Amino acid sequence: MTLMTDKAATTQVYRVFIKASPQVIWDAITKPEWSDRYAYGGRVEYDLRTGGRYCHKASAEMKSMGLPDEIIIGEVIESDPPHKLVQTWHPVWDPDSAAEAHTRLTYEIKENQGGICTVTIIHDVAGAPIVAGMVSGQGDPAQGGGGWPWVLSDLKTLLETGQRMAA
Amino acid sequence: MTGDYIVTYRADVTDEDHVFKALADPTRRFLLDLLFQRDGRTLKELESGLAMTRFGVMKHLKVLEDAGLVVTRRSGREKLHFLNPVPIRLIHDRWIDKYREREVSALVALKTKLEERE
Repeated sequence: MTLMTDKAATTQVYRVFIKASPQVIWDAITKPEWSDRYAYGGRVEYDLRTGGRYCHKASAEMKSMGLPDEIIIGEVIESDPPHKLVQTWHPVWDPDSAAEAHTRLTYEIKENQGGICTVTIIHDVAGAPIVAGMVSGQGDPAQGGGGWPWVLSDLKTLLETGQRMAA
Repeated sequence: MTGDYIVTYRADVTDEDHVFKALADPTRRFLLDLLFQRDGRTLKELESGLAMTRFGVMKHLKVLEDAGLVVTRRSGREKLHFLNPVPIRLIHDRWIDKYREREVSALVALKTKLEERE
């Protein structure tokens, strides 16, 4: 009971409804040509097999600010395209978050009637309080503090309108 | 290519209506604040913070869930409630940023005008 509650307290859940097919949403999450077009940009690399490597590469703008080539690294735990992706997620661009535990990130894409998908992110940030603060989106998106709420909001805008939201 | 997914915002207007309605009630805002302090709570934990019947709390949680502000997940035998800030972010991006931009540009124009006169 206590254990469960503790785990709940280190889990963050984010949900958005997007009018797009599961495959398009899956591609937007896992393909570099898409990841570069919303939120903070940068190209993702996924080896979508259990144990496969994941990394998120810095955009040109991030590199010009002095960030390393790989800003987030991880490993694929479960891949069930285009509905479920479970992976570890470890931001390494900042030494403080790099020193924390690797977090566990789950994407769920569920298709509803009317061509609208429910996209849910479940982020277990146990042992990673700095990452927890980083992804919760309580900062200014323009300063890198948009977190998952901003990422999902921008993803929705891109897939539904073909355009970027202003940062 | 993404043109296939262009939608009118008619459907989202109702989504926003749900969010504004859900936020209009002080008890529901209090429930969101409780989840903001610590996420992933059971109904039992949430009702202990309120002088209200279990039925009343459940009704409020249902409104919050329908608006997408609360997402529930099962963990073993328990149903846990999580705060979902994404709908608030969407409203912020569509409404608040838009008006703030205008306000800022009006201030910039005023500043320029005043400085010109000096």
